[in-house]
Amino acid sequence: MSGNKVIKNLKSFSTAAERFEGSHVLCPGCAHSIIVREILNATNDNLVVSASTGCLEVCTAIYPHTSWDCSWIHIGFENSSTAVAGAEAMNKALRKKGRIGADVPEPKFVAFGGDGATYDIGFQWLSGCFERGHDMMYVCLDNEVYANTGGQRSSATPIGASATTSPAGSTSYGEKQNKKDIIQIMAAHGSPYVAQVAPNKWKDMIKKIHRGFDTKGPVYINAMSACTTEWKFAPHETIEVSDLATDSLVFPLYEIIDGTELNITYRPKNIVPVRDYLGAQPRFKHLFKPEYEYLIKEWQERVDAYWEYLQRREEARV
Amino acid sequence: MNSKIMDIKKIEVWDGNMAASQAFRQADIDVVAAYPITPSTPVVENYATFEANGYIDGEFVMVESEHAAMSACVGAAAAGGRVATATSSQGFALMVEVLYQAAGMRLPIVLAQVNRALAAPLNVNGDHSDMYLGRDSGWINVSTFSPQEVYDLTLCAFKIAEHLDVRLPVNINQDGFMSSHTAQNIRTLDDKTACDFVGPYKAVNAMLDFSKPVTHGVQTEEDWHFEHKAKQHNAIMRSVKVIDAVFAEFKALTGREYKRVESYGMEDAEIAIVAFGTTYETAKIVVDNLKKEGINAGIIAPRIFRPFPLEELAAQLQNVKAVACLDRSAPGGTVGALYNEIAGALFNSPARPVLSNVIYGLGGRDMTVSVLTGIYKDLVKEAATGKLNGTIQRFVGVRGPELNYYNA
Repeated sequence: MSGNKVIKNLKSFSTAAERFEGSHVLCPGCAHSIIVREILNATNDNLVVSASTGCLEVCTAIYPHTSWDCSWIHIGFENSSTAVAGAEAMNKALRKKGRIGADVPEPKFVAFGGDGATYDIGFQWLSGCFERGHDMMYVCLDNEVYANTGGQRSSATPIGASATTSPAGSTSYGEKQNKKDIIQIMAAHGSPYVAQVAPNKWKDMIKKIHRGFDTKGPVYINAMSACTTEWKFAPHETIEVSDLATDSLVFPLYEIIDGTELNITYRPKNIVPVRDYLGAQPRFKHLFKPEYEYLIKEWQERVDAYWEYLQRREEARV
Repeated sequence: MNSKIMDIKKIEVWDGNMAASQAFRQADIDVVAAYPITPSTPVVENYATFEANGYIDGEFVMVESEHAAMSACVGAAAAGGRVATATSSQGFALMVEVLYQAAGMRLPIVLAQVNRALAAPLNVNGDHSDMYLGRDSGWINVSTFSPQEVYDLTLCAFKIAEHLDVRLPVNINQDGFMSSHTAQNIRTLDDKTACDFVGPYKAVNAMLDFSKPVTHGVQTEEDWHFEHKAKQHNAIMRSVKVIDAVFAEFKALTGREYKRVESYGMEDAEIAIVAFGTTYETAKIVVDNLKKEGINAGIIAPRIFRPFPLEELAAQLQNVKAVACLDRSAPGGTVGALYNEIAGALFNSPARPVLSNVIYGLGGRDMTVSVLTGIYKDLVKEAATGKLNGTIQRFVGVRGPELNYYNA
């Protein structure tokens, strides 16, 4: 029995009952709140939600206030996955023992973590939860930086971005490493469903969230979360920048079912150059100096090659 | 309990690890999330075997680290059910971040901790460095001296932790190998009696109660953090009454009596040792020997390390002339923790015994009758002269040049 909530258009989305209340202190223009609303609005089922330490957590649960009209827990930076896994185990135990009746509908277990919590400090915990196969959805709010603490690099920070611990300077173009490919890593765990989503493509996102909620086992969702503060665009440009991210294929939207069946879920009609995506974000502005032109070129080649790879995977079904 | 009843004899031969495992099984725990580490590994292995044979109907989650074990325990406890785990040493050290969170979130988790030295150098044997590491984490800390006590007090731990006046996690410490791997006769309770003694779990602010959504683990800064920590401290101090009541109930059931401060030979004692764990049992033998020689010696052990029984300890030491506080943990640049606690307990009381600190038994070095006898003999001199026989702190049972507080 699916408790999926179907919202057909933005108007009904904007008036839908909220379990993530508007009363939070996230930055104006922050994509986190858009994504979280879209996810919580995708189901009518009861929810047990966890958040790792980070922007979402510190901005939504400041005692004596809370933005969460659902069961919610925060423990630490690295363990939102395991917090929800523990609750999921308790749900199983209490049902086995008959202390929760079979007539009580199963809740959904959802963990949120930033890219720092997911790609870096919480990776072991996430990996453990997926290996054990808890029935949960893990959502990475991927803004490619430790935004809560002022913009330090994470292993999701892309090459060439200026972050406070990998700043661009007279002798440096900023971050030196390519972003970790977390989606493939999570698919390699044997997860039954892994997907990348973006809040600007909300119908695509809701479809994937519904599929995730309908899937038994650990589901991984990588949600691009454009960060007005650290990507340094104006707060009203969040959706425009997100459109550039998905239309340039820097953030391709796709899903992997059972580790093998890869589906591209969004094909831009007009693919925009990576240069346009980078140009919209002052975190990359130093790349437009003549000496770093090659980095933009390499980036375009990388995106093209990955798009090609995704298409071949989609065809090959392996 | 929907699981199978285990047919256990009135007296079983169990080591401390099996005693903890059996108490876990009988307590009808809902979720055990754990990660193995020497010397507590058998606690988890035994529990896994119980589960594999139908004696457990809760969930048993083998996670990928001790940090994850305590994280899952916190998530499970907040969801609304009985939770326990086991660990030692490095594993406990890895858990420390989450120990503070478990206590701060007021979650009644029970931890079977088999005490072991902390590296470096790496060492799997028993000392109290891990117990000391957790002493400010807000957990109720219980010291046991034998496998029987592990069994009894683990059952008591659930009642104390889950009491509505307390709602704090409880750590049941036992000495690595000395207790955990030493098989002894254990007087048992049958499954029903033990389970009934622990009683049904009472959920508070359960995440699985969807009629009342709860936010756990909030952010508080300078405006509220202090009030939360003050209330948490108040709760652990309130546990004193609950601990006494649970011990009284346990005595009524079994005849076995526990106190927050255990002592032996203290009625007429002029000299005393204060120590944790199995050393108490060895010291009882030494006390008997010395009394035959006409030396009025006694031994005191805080059964409850936190909340610290300050007044009860001070009361026991009022007529004593010399006291040695024994710490089984490297003091790291000061006197041992127990020495400081006892000095603090005595300072506002009339008694002024000569107070010395002995560091012993690190990394599983045996604490023998002869070493303890030597300490008591030093106390005899101190009691006679009213002065320290040497310096404030000394190391016993260690090879090489004599080490003390001033002789670096």
